[in-house]
Amino acid sequence: MAQTISLTIPAIRPDLGKALKRAERPNRLRALALALPALLFLLVTFGAPIGVFLTTAVRNPEVREILPQTVSALDGWDGQAVPAEEAFVALAADLARAKANSTAAALGKRLNYESAGMRSRIMSVTRHLGSFADGPLAPQFVALDPAWADTELWAIIKRNGAPVTPYYLLTAVDLGQDASGSIGRVAADQAVFLDILGRTLWIAGLVTAATLLLGFPTAYVISLAPARVAGLMLLMVLLPLWTSLLVRTTAWVVLLQTDGVINQLLLALGLTTEKLQLMLTRFGTVTAMTHIQLPFTILPILSVMKSIPEGQMRAARSLGAPPLAAFWRIYAPQTLPGVAAGCLMTFILSLGYYITPALVGGPRDQMVSNFIATYINRDLNWGMAAALACLLLVMTLSIYLAFLRLVGAERIKLG
Amino acid sequence: MNTISLERRRLGNEPSTQTAAETMVAFERVQKTYDGRTLVVEDLNLAVRRGEFLTMLGPSGSGKTTTLMMLGGFEQPTSGRILLEGQAVERLPPERRDIGFVFQNYALFPHMTVRENVGFPLRYRGVRGAEAAKRVEDALAMVKLGGLGERRPAQLSGGQQQRVALARAMVFNPKLILMDEPLGALDKQLREHMQIEIKQIQQRLGITMVYVTHDQSEALTMSDRIAVFHEGRIQQLSDPVTLYDRPENRFVAGFIGDNNTLACELAGTENGLVVVRMQDGTTLLTTGLAGPADSGMTVSLRPERLGLDTESREGAQNRINARVLDKTFLGDRVRLSLEAFGNAHLVASVPAAEGAAIMPGSTVTMACSAADCRTLTR
Repeated sequence: MAQTISLTIPAIRPDLGKALKRAERPNRLRALALALPALLFLLVTFGAPIGVFLTTAVRNPEVREILPQTVSALDGWDGQAVPAEEAFVALAADLARAKANSTAAALGKRLNYESAGMRSRIMSVTRHLGSFADGPLAPQFVALDPAWADTELWAIIKRNGAPVTPYYLLTAVDLGQDASGSIGRVAADQAVFLDILGRTLWIAGLVTAATLLLGFPTAYVISLAPARVAGLMLLMVLLPLWTSLLVRTTAWVVLLQTDGVINQLLLALGLTTEKLQLMLTRFGTVTAMTHIQLPFTILPILSVMKSIPEGQMRAARSLGAPPLAAFWRIYAPQTLPGVAAGCLMTFILSLGYYITPALVGGPRDQMVSNFIATYINRDLNWGMAAALACLLLVMTLSIYLAFLRLVGAERIKLG
Repeated sequence: MNTISLERRRLGNEPSTQTAAETMVAFERVQKTYDGRTLVVEDLNLAVRRGEFLTMLGPSGSGKTTTLMMLGGFEQPTSGRILLEGQAVERLPPERRDIGFVFQNYALFPHMTVRENVGFPLRYRGVRGAEAAKRVEDALAMVKLGGLGERRPAQLSGGQQQRVALARAMVFNPKLILMDEPLGALDKQLREHMQIEIKQIQQRLGITMVYVTHDQSEALTMSDRIAVFHEGRIQQLSDPVTLYDRPENRFVAGFIGDNNTLACELAGTENGLVVVRMQDGTTLLTTGLAGPADSGMTVSLRPERLGLDTESREGAQNRINARVLDKTFLGDRVRLSLEAFGNAHLVASVPAAEGAAIMPGSTVTMACSAADCRTLTR
């Protein structure tokens, strides 16, 4: 009996994809519902504040809100000659209201960023508003301060009538706008931020290199140790993470100060004849930061090392490679994902260091974060703080992206 | 002397009498302990002949992998000597032993291409350029992987990875090749295919191979000789047929294939055969070793050698009357669960056609030859 085999080719159902989606929808909704609280929490406490803060870097409300009449009077001004009388009248009226609302000081402070001396000019006019005689105001302004006859001063007021300003962001990278509004380098004595930026990158790089140098052999030893010893060693690596950052930093202050433990030890051992300056130095800062960052570099490297089978080195040896060659050609390349992840983590975290440079470092070791804090705490210049924060964020993201491009996302293993 | 030895004992722990020329590797009184208390390898004497495929077979913890690792140079013997072509190598690091090693999980280098993996050993032997490239291509062609040279190990199937590992271990023409359960990770069909292929390559090139496995059918398929390991000792060293037909102790009889083990006592000898008395007093003619029984004497009988008493078995010396307890249909064969010699339980495997008429509860007469009944004293 001949046997027939019938092959039924299933018809392609166009609604199959739709059916699949419908069938999986409850699962997806459930997953979303489970993750939703965390997402909302992050949005409210992390995303939103950062977004609001970053807009502070370009917001420019002072001139627009305090000098509304002046801004509209300067609307048609071409900037070639001193503005007409009505601009002075509008300014006087605006300042009179500012005096009543006590907002003149804020205006003076904002305009002073653009040009030194503006605060005193604004305050002086505000003080003398009552003693101005009738008649044209322009000559009386000029009599008070000849700068009022300067077109540059009026150009500054006109430019800042706009709701957003590039001023803070430009300043953060040592650029400025001149009277005509074109962008150029600021004077050498004011150009500090690129220097700070470079210093921040340099310190973060030093710390990353130091943690890698200390961390790689440590991770290697732990990965080879028998389970119980490895557990103990890992505990010692993790121990600093369970201590507050501030406590660890102050501990370093105790160690590093001129009469501190390290100096006394060095003197007692006769290694130095006089006390070394360790506090308030780059060395102290990098040492303390390296100590704090070490676990972050070690852990990803260790987890990758543990995943490399023992057979890899044995295979290399059996094929003829001496121990060192086997290590460099076979073992070390396979640790790269962990090395990349550990270094990236330490580098990015180091970029944002604040407490350690503040307490252990000298004035030449202060990093971007320290300046952000100074602008917020001392100068109340939120715009500048936000601009520097922007800079730090952009820098971190671009390093991260460049890193992904160079190394590849699949080659970074955090654990 | 009250010991009657009817066969020459071929145990591994006799000192080797082979000449150096045909001996590739010799273990001499090798011992290994990891913790200083228990010996993983107790007293190993073993000679591997040039060009042979020798398998070390045993359950896990039997010492076979430790022995292989000592030969590869990854473990040092606690005492004793290992000779490779007559030279002591136990203190020589692995990279200077000139031994190819195929690891359990292949240990291919994931960050290198197949070609770079296979070319790796050549780099340390001063083979470069066109010569190296040619040898890599030849090695890949031999394992039928030509054209996959630019792939990375992760892009290959398990079987292909296995072939790369083999090519890499052979490309530098090592003195011998060691394999540590190399087929363990493959599925059954591929494993059987690779067994034949590895065996063919070994025979074609005449390479000496030492192979470790816990799979007895793999050992029987591939080996010229098999060393059965148990508790740190070689229990038996023989060719596959001898190992299967004439196991020398109960461990080997039980580890290789299925076996009925029946208690008995020595009744005497007759025409060079050993006569044993079973529990119910019936006697069987058997072959094997009749020595002093330190833990009782037993007869081992394979299920497929115990058949129904038909014409084809007229020459069989033993007849056994048994009651059928159960019958299991296995397709080509029928498995009979029997009770005989009083209340001893035994299993027979007969062709399906012969066993078709047999019903549980009936009484049957079984037959087996004296050569298939093995008397064991250990």
